[in-house]
Amino acid sequence: MNRFDYVRPASIAEAIAAAAEPGSAYLASGTNLLDLMKGNVVRPARLVDLNHLPGLDGIELLPDGGARIGARVRNADLAYHPEFSRRFPAVAEALLSGASAQLRNAATVGGNLLQRTCCAYFYDPASACNKRDPGAGCDARGGENRLHAVLGWSERCIATHPSDFCVPLAAFGAVVEIEGQFGRREVPLEEFHLLPGETPERESVLAPGELVVALRLPAEAAGFAAHARYVKLRERTSYAFAVVSAAAGLRLENGVIAEARLALGGVAAKPWRARAAEAALAGARPDAASFRRAAEAALAEAAPSGDNAFKIELARRVAARALLLAAAGTPERLPALPASAFAPVPGASLHG
Amino acid sequence: MAETASATHVRHGSSIGQPLTRRDGVLKVTGQARYAADNHPPGMLHAALAVSSIARGRVTALDIAAARAHPGVVEVMTPANRPPLALDPDAKTGPFVFRMEVLQDDRVRYAGQPIAVVIAETLEAATEGAALLAPRYAAEPVEAGLDAADVFVPEMVGPGAPAREGYGDVEAGLAAAARRVEAVYETPAQYHNAMEPHAVVAAWEGDRLTLDTPSQGLAWAQDRIAGLFGLPPENIHIRSPFLGGGFGSKGVISGPQVLGILAARLVGRPVKLVLRREQMYGPVGHRAPTRQRLRIGAGEDGGLTALDHQVRTATSRFDDFIEPAGSVSHTLYAAPAIAIGYDAVRLDTGTPLFMRAPGEASGSIALESAIDEMALACGMDPLEFRLRNYAEVEPISGKPFSSKALRDCYAQGAARFGWAGRPLQPRQMRDENGLLVGWGMGTATFPALMFHGQARAVLRRDGTGLAELGAQDMGQGAWTALAQLAADSMGLELDQLEFRAGDSRLPDAGIAGGSAHTATAGAALHNAGAEVIARLAELAMADRRSPLFGAGNAGVVARGGSLLRRDDESRGESYGEILARAGLEEIEGRGSGAMDPAVQEHYATHAHGAVFAEVKVDPELGQIRATRLVGAFAAGRIVNPRLVRSQYYGGMIWGVSFALHEQAVMDKRTGRVMNANLGEYHVPVNADVPSLEAILVDEVDPHVNPLGIKGVGEIGITGTAGAVANAVWHATGVRVRRFPIALEELALAGAE
Repeated sequence: MNRFDYVRPASIAEAIAAAAEPGSAYLASGTNLLDLMKGNVVRPARLVDLNHLPGLDGIELLPDGGARIGARVRNADLAYHPEFSRRFPAVAEALLSGASAQLRNAATVGGNLLQRTCCAYFYDPASACNKRDPGAGCDARGGENRLHAVLGWSERCIATHPSDFCVPLAAFGAVVEIEGQFGRREVPLEEFHLLPGETPERESVLAPGELVVALRLPAEAAGFAAHARYVKLRERTSYAFAVVSAAAGLRLENGVIAEARLALGGVAAKPWRARAAEAALAGARPDAASFRRAAEAALAEAAPSGDNAFKIELARRVAARALLLAAAGTPERLPALPASAFAPVPGASLHG
Repeated sequence: MAETASATHVRHGSSIGQPLTRRDGVLKVTGQARYAADNHPPGMLHAALAVSSIARGRVTALDIAAARAHPGVVEVMTPANRPPLALDPDAKTGPFVFRMEVLQDDRVRYAGQPIAVVIAETLEAATEGAALLAPRYAAEPVEAGLDAADVFVPEMVGPGAPAREGYGDVEAGLAAAARRVEAVYETPAQYHNAMEPHAVVAAWEGDRLTLDTPSQGLAWAQDRIAGLFGLPPENIHIRSPFLGGGFGSKGVISGPQVLGILAARLVGRPVKLVLRREQMYGPVGHRAPTRQRLRIGAGEDGGLTALDHQVRTATSRFDDFIEPAGSVSHTLYAAPAIAIGYDAVRLDTGTPLFMRAPGEASGSIALESAIDEMALACGMDPLEFRLRNYAEVEPISGKPFSSKALRDCYAQGAARFGWAGRPLQPRQMRDENGLLVGWGMGTATFPALMFHGQARAVLRRDGTGLAELGAQDMGQGAWTALAQLAADSMGLELDQLEFRAGDSRLPDAGIAGGSAHTATAGAALHNAGAEVIARLAELAMADRRSPLFGAGNAGVVARGGSLLRRDDESRGESYGEILARAGLEEIEGRGSGAMDPAVQEHYATHAHGAVFAEVKVDPELGQIRATRLVGAFAAGRIVNPRLVRSQYYGGMIWGVSFALHEQAVMDKRTGRVMNANLGEYHVPVNADVPSLEAILVDEVDPHVNPLGIKGVGEIGITGTAGAVANAVWHATGVRVRRFPIALEELALAGAE
């Protein structure tokens, strides 16, 4: 680990000023950043420690039914907040399917949004990576890329965004509150992360020094509470990134889908909101055929970036499953194995 | 509990067979157990390795000036200034002496090879110094993967078994078979990944060296280091009271440990060197990948007509360790013709090494899968098929087994699991949520070995005793089980016994490996105890003042700190009384343990078991979960059932890992392991193993060794991995022959 300056700002303004200097990085719980520093993947010259700033750790339930979450709220505290998880059950389920209990106890909401990709070539300073070293090339192309992107990738980068939490946030229209040198702005989470294109090193819309201060879930997101699920396919039951995942929400009226939400995880450099699928579901009957059609629409533009064509079909199936589970109704309590295919299914059997 | 045949004084006392908790448990859970890296001698410096990011070529430049300029850096060790060794580290002076990379030149022979050591006042400075070296290389093309060009037939495999074995005419057996199965199974490279990384704290005092380093074999380590540095072994003092796991990777001294010693030599101060997790994927061994081709023939009656097990594996370009994956086929099933053969490719990797159940683990998952396939081909239940082909004598040697309670294992495991009524065909069972359910089984086996070990037993006038030997507790519970054996051999209660182990100054207890440690060290302790008791009894029986005077013909019994007349146990006296009257403070006995060559000549010695697995699989998503495992194992005398069960659980979990999770992902373009961390190198988490049961099947082995002890450390992986794989097939109807089983192979089987 290189030598770096450590700054402990007393206010958000001080933090922003310090972080606007080139080479700076914000430190929240450090569950990702410190690993990257220890591996010489990133070498910030200055850490701006957010852990002592006041006012970033509240969970506010808004009277209109929405919620505002401070950027430093811990993942576990949010997931286990009874009223929050009642209003936004798929968000809580996604949170609890991520990482490990130890990491969830430390990791923050803002840090989750800004975690870096799990691409092994990004983590390995000896490999070429355009994200780490723009213009260096991409060793993941033609390498071990079984779990890489199938949507929105470019020749320059095929990495995925690893967050579970962000998937339902994208589906349910979360808004990111940002403060910077030039004031405060809001960006829909769906637009917060950037696809790689020619500049995979740019991962979000944040300008230098800009700080995520809070996340808002709009009141309308709570309208899906009765039919909202997250499903995550993974290679072990805990502490594994998604192979593919999906968050789904349905508003049912008179036995018909009035409105649907669907987003995919593990497929792209950002949580992938599947608006075409949502449109296909509006007015449809909540049945397997509708869900399969929606899943086809969600992956219509998918293409393998390597040895990962299987992910496209699995993503369709996970999307259809999440919709089916959502239609069956949000369980009274979060399942003991959140987002797992092995969580009990309320109501009837899923499989013939 | 049976008396042993040879030592009349021994009645097994109150300790052997008791499910005692670990004597070192409180130390460990309170953080007081001192592992190697916990040592900080005065003046100690920290060393960090710089390792190669290429797998083959030469180091052409290191920015030594930049590293030296970093604050806190004391010295940079490279081939240019590395202190000399008395022995070429590439000299192959014995089959278990492995070549090591200790900065002898600028060659790189695998990714992750140490290429420099930075020594600094702090770990942080050493680590940053290593990063600042920014090596440049002349890289050469890399050989990776089992299809590499340089194929050879090894002279021997594993610890020295022949590379071609068998009997009978396999081709004729296959030709005559009514049913034939031919299939190829692949297992990946795996890494030991002990929780405790290899660590060394080295302190020189003149030509004497004190080392705190984890070692599964202190005397081997001592000899190896003595040879490398040209010193008498007694000049090397190794302390290794606890190991945070070894699994074979700490069986021989590794290059990085020697580099720590060299670094201390170079700077003239104590040095600590601890491998980073990713540095454990190169210089400290691994389980080599295998590709196993099995051809099996069976008659109409389900009896095997031939078994052909051909193994392709890999070793490094510069040394040989051949994963003996065919060895299970020596032992498990009766067949009129068996052939086992090997070839191997040379790759640009570190040399493979023994890794828990070497050979048996990789071979078992292939053989047990193939046997399952053959059972189906014969239309027989997999258990019935295995019983039909039960080996009454060891197939490869024709020798009788010293004991073999495998039928009991099958019966007890099947009953407990509820195997009866299992549908023969796959994809027949569902749970209440519609998930596919499958049941599979596998036979477990591991040889019962012994190495050479010695021990010392002392009885003291105050009524206490001391037993000591250089034994290794690597988490398996040797501190406890060996103390139990020692206490009984000395006729003491456990709390009267002081037990010392884990230090090279103590008698050489052999290596903690091959599931042989309890048998070897236990036999040494047993014999040391026998000797000290015999010497004490002589004192007493020759003394007219002793109530034991003249008891010679009847003999004496040692129990509870006293010697008692065998013909009248009301007559006796305490050890302390005997020693006091003789004017002695203490009396000692020494003993050794080793396999009796006559036993080896006449018997095949193996532990056995049967493992039954249930898995569930989501039919659309391919998500797999082992939901239930029952293992029934017969391994001779059980010294401590609690610890033994723990060993079986650990092995069974590793079996699940083998079938479903574990693999090193290598980029074949570069020869580099891309998941060299515990986040991405998957082993099961607790939630992956919901229900485990291990049944300890009674087995009395009158031959294997006087105590009747086999071994329990490695057998649990065998059988289990195949049982899980077979259960996945039974759930889905999809036979995946490449491990670990990938979910997409189940989900998308038969898809366009």
